[in-house]
Amino acid sequence: MKEYQTITEISGPLVFVETDEPIGYDEIVEIETADGQKRRGQVLDSAADHVAIQVFEGTEGIDRDSSVTFLGETMKMPVTEDLLGRVLDGSGNPIDDGPDIVPDDRRDIVGEAINPVSREYPEDFIQTGVSAIDGMNTLVRGQKLPIFSGSGLPHNDLALQIARQAAVPEEEEGGEGSEFAVIFGAMGITAEEANEFMDDFERTGALERSVVFMNLANDPAVERTITPRLALTTAEYLAFDEGYHVLVILTDMTNYCEALREIGAAREEVPGRRGYPGYMYTDLAQLYERAGRIRGQDGSITQIPILTMPSDDITHPIPDLTGYITEGQILVDRDLNSQGVQPPVNVLPSLSRLMDDGIGEGLTRGDHGGVSDQLYAAYAEGEDLRDLVNIVGREALSERDNKYLDFAEAFEETFVEQGYDTNRDIEDTLEIGWDLLSMLPKAELNRVDEDYIEQYYVEDVEAEVTAD
Amino acid sequence: MSQATDTTVREDGVIDSVSGPVVTARDLDAKMNDVVYVGEEGLMGEVIEIEGNITTIQVYEETSGVSPGEPVESTGAPLSVDLGPGMLDSIYDGVQRPLDVLEEKMGSAFLDRGVDAPGIDLEKTWEFEPEVSEGDAVEPGDVVGSVPETPSIDHKVMVPPGSEGGEVTAVESGELTVEEAVVELDSGEEIQMRQEWPVRQERPTVDKQTPTEPLTSGQRILDGLFPLAKGGTAAIPGPFGSGKTVTQQSLAKFADADIVVYIGCGERGNEMTEVIEDFPELPDPQTGNALMARTCLIANTSNMPVAARESCVYTGITIAEYYRDMGYDVALMADSTSRWAEAMREISSRLEEMPGEEGYPAYLAARLSAFYERAGYFENINGTEGSISVIGAVSPPGGDFSEPVTQNTLRIVKTFWALDSDLAERRHFPAINWNESYSLYRDQLDPWFEDNVADDWSEQRQWAIDVLDEDGELQEVVQLVGKDALPEDQQLTLEIARYLKEAWLQQNALHDVDRYCPPEKTYRILGAIKTLNDEAFDALDAGVPIEEITDIDAAPRLNRIGTTPDDEVEEFVDDLESEIAEQLRSLY
Ligand SMILES: Nc1ncnc2c1ncn2[C@@H]1O[C@H](COP(=O)(O)OP(=O)(O)O)[C@@H](O)[C@H]1O
Ligand SMILES: [Mg+2]
Repeated sequence: MKEYQTITEISGPLVFVETDEPIGYDEIVEIETADGQKRRGQVLDSAADHVAIQVFEGTEGIDRDSSVTFLGETMKMPVTEDLLGRVLDGSGNPIDDGPDIVPDDRRDIVGEAINPVSREYPEDFIQTGVSAIDGMNTLVRGQKLPIFSGSGLPHNDLALQIARQAAVPEEEEGGEGSEFAVIFGAMGITAEEANEFMDDFERTGALERSVVFMNLANDPAVERTITPRLALTTAEYLAFDEGYHVLVILTDMTNYCEALREIGAAREEVPGRRGYPGYMYTDLAQLYERAGRIRGQDGSITQIPILTMPSDDITHPIPDLTGYITEGQILVDRDLNSQGVQPPVNVLPSLSRLMDDGIGEGLTRGDHGGVSDQLYAAYAEGEDLRDLVNIVGREALSERDNKYLDFAEAFEETFVEQGYDTNRDIEDTLEIGWDLLSMLPKAELNRVDEDYIEQYYVEDVEAEVTAD
Repeated sequence: MSQATDTTVREDGVIDSVSGPVVTARDLDAKMNDVVYVGEEGLMGEVIEIEGNITTIQVYEETSGVSPGEPVESTGAPLSVDLGPGMLDSIYDGVQRPLDVLEEKMGSAFLDRGVDAPGIDLEKTWEFEPEVSEGDAVEPGDVVGSVPETPSIDHKVMVPPGSEGGEVTAVESGELTVEEAVVELDSGEEIQMRQEWPVRQERPTVDKQTPTEPLTSGQRILDGLFPLAKGGTAAIPGPFGSGKTVTQQSLAKFADADIVVYIGCGERGNEMTEVIEDFPELPDPQTGNALMARTCLIANTSNMPVAARESCVYTGITIAEYYRDMGYDVALMADSTSRWAEAMREISSRLEEMPGEEGYPAYLAARLSAFYERAGYFENINGTEGSISVIGAVSPPGGDFSEPVTQNTLRIVKTFWALDSDLAERRHFPAINWNESYSLYRDQLDPWFEDNVADDWSEQRQWAIDVLDEDGELQEVVQLVGKDALPEDQQLTLEIARYLKEAWLQQNALHDVDRYCPPEKTYRILGAIKTLNDEAFDALDAGVPIEEITDIDAAPRLNRIGTTPDDEVEEFVDDLESEIAEQLRSLY
């Protein structure tokens, strides 16, 4: 392999090198500084006599005399089942003092798109034990369902609760089915946050069946663009070669996007909305679409990416483009959090697009869809009335309106609120749902089949409320 | 896609640079829009710029690892599709490669690169039944015979538009492949079942006519308030999660088109999988056959190469035009046109073109209108009439309709179904905002609805619009003072409007019955609400207090009509209407 000492320009995370042989697009590069430090990078632009390289670990310390070696291949991740239980850095190197990793295969980290005809539509209900999710935004195996949060909100607690409690009810009973694995990809989170995850993994024994990729806040920003790809390549191997049901948690996607923006700016690209690259949708899709099920295969990849919305703004390009790709979103809400609701999930802007096929008769329960729709409609109506009540007061509202106000309050206090250690099964969740719906007159329940109203409506709850 | 047939030898070029999906080549002998094969692996691409000795190519496959110096070979032909029997019941990528054939050839669930396949099966035979005899004179477009393509569709074999025409000298019949001659002409020309057509070029027609027939959708709010015409254009913009895809899929399932071309452009893989799994099972409400028998799917999901995303809408509309030429009514859905526009932007920026608004190329508006112009109700060159209706989803960043793709689309299309996140959040579906949406076809379609559904179709619709308008105004007052502060007649209007929204406008696409509502049922539900309205106002006039009027237990049953099976609706609504009248009249 030829070594070049022909760096012509260094700019932000980019290095430009003159070459006299053809270099492949996306090829991996090793740069060695005068004092012997090694950095890795990737070819972003390849022309006949020069290339642009994006350096993962930062360009600090690189000068014109540094030597550049092209490795003749694109970035690979060494994969093996033995990765389970291991902690790696954001570039995939072990940092846990464990034994050397002997790979079973080395896989291209860019990944190939799953052929839509080869996919199997995800429809196995995952019970997370969280009512706001199971009852109204059901997660299914193979789904990509992100958590949209804000800085300082307890999204990690929620993610950990899901990781701890997630189970597929039937398999638990039958005791069969594939094994479960967790891939955790951290991008630019603080050491404190990272410890929160690691402690929980260790405490619950989850670490043994996890692979952890850590790029922390003080690690190089550009490395964040490869960390999730390493994580997902590992996930694909475990799911589709080894048959695991893999849950991938990626946090924080906002830091990932910032890194993309940094590279775009260094390349002097025409920026898209708010300075983020115009290709960010495509780039994010190449991560999020690496979830799902494949016909004839046992394993699956379920993704829970976490992102913090800058200024809690859901229209910001990061949550916006994410929501356009993922199969729904779970919103962690600042107001509910200050009210002390745990987990503070705001169901109204939350959505699970795959819910419909994962619930109902034989899967969860026949009334599930109707109950969910009715809870949504009723909570939205109660929420609306809160503004009005501030102006005119409760007395000025009709009896009907007052019922909806009571409903909204009770909904937050008993359905959404449950604490991070409570694991509710779907029956419990639906039962709480019916207790709440029973605060409203039967005639109001137009989203639920009449048979289910007969079966589940709790008569005396309404009597109680009207008696007040 | 079409396997290019040009045999002239051309000079190969070499790759000069690679930047994502854009590759430049030196010394390549190629024309604009020619298909080329790039690199050792022969990745498919298309020429998009020629400057001096440098040719710029957009590559339809991943370019990782491709290096300068590798060869580039031109096919000498523009990006074309294969047209012929076998396109229905198929699923293609953005350049018409059948995805099931790719799966087989690649032996993997993952899309590898450098693998090509013809758009229609060249080996398969079809039962050709001729419709011309020796001695007949034929011209371009003329139907020479047909094959039963699917249980729903007879595929007409036509003289291609580029043909000279002439006298028929030989006619075949029976089992033939798409490349065998079915008819020979005196000029020596052989007509086959298979044609080729360059996707960026519109297929010829005689004339475009004013559409007068609705494309009924089975969706109450669309047929009832904002109908689309056969040959019309519609846009569905909305933020994520507001119902663009569900609406498009409902149209693909229930619109009364002969043929449906459904393009998943830069969207989710699982959404295409859902269609692939559902459509072979679901019946077409027109024929009772499987929906797939009238459907051609094109899937270029968000993680598939971006250049093929740019081409997928052209592949789709060319296929639509071909079936239109046979005299069919075709409906084309593109979900989402924004991803197509973004693909244009991505390629344009790699070309370092001067960006227009929000980085989109200056030709965005021109490309969008050229695409929608390919919709319409046409007189075909063979004298038949056919139509293409185009329904484009638009995905505005942040849900803000002021952005360039939405705005440029709205300038072209005549039907606007505005999706609303507020409605979606409260699970009012379809979340189509009835104040913002419009259909400019409404008046020209009224005669059809009056002739085919009910004489007072438009009158009743106007009543509904008036009530909803008044409701909109009253709601603003209610926000300030509460409902109880309003006079009784206004409170009653609010109540009637509530039923309009809940029992008529809302429709659950996930409910086995409710998801499809024929226009007659749409009309009956509205009629039942009107009955409540008329009887309730009479009662109010007679001095009955509002609480008693709104408390009758028949009224909430209006919400159950939607889920009542079609064959029980008549009886259910008749009973309900008399019950409403009876209960209200008994109050005074
Ligand atoms: N007509 C409808 N009936 C019932 N649910 C709907 C309807 N339209 C949309 N939805 C719900 O909204 C979700 C998002 O709709 P979708 O069409 O995927 O949105 P978009 O394409 O605009 O992002 C669906 O998963 C479904 O739960
Ligand atoms: Mg969609």
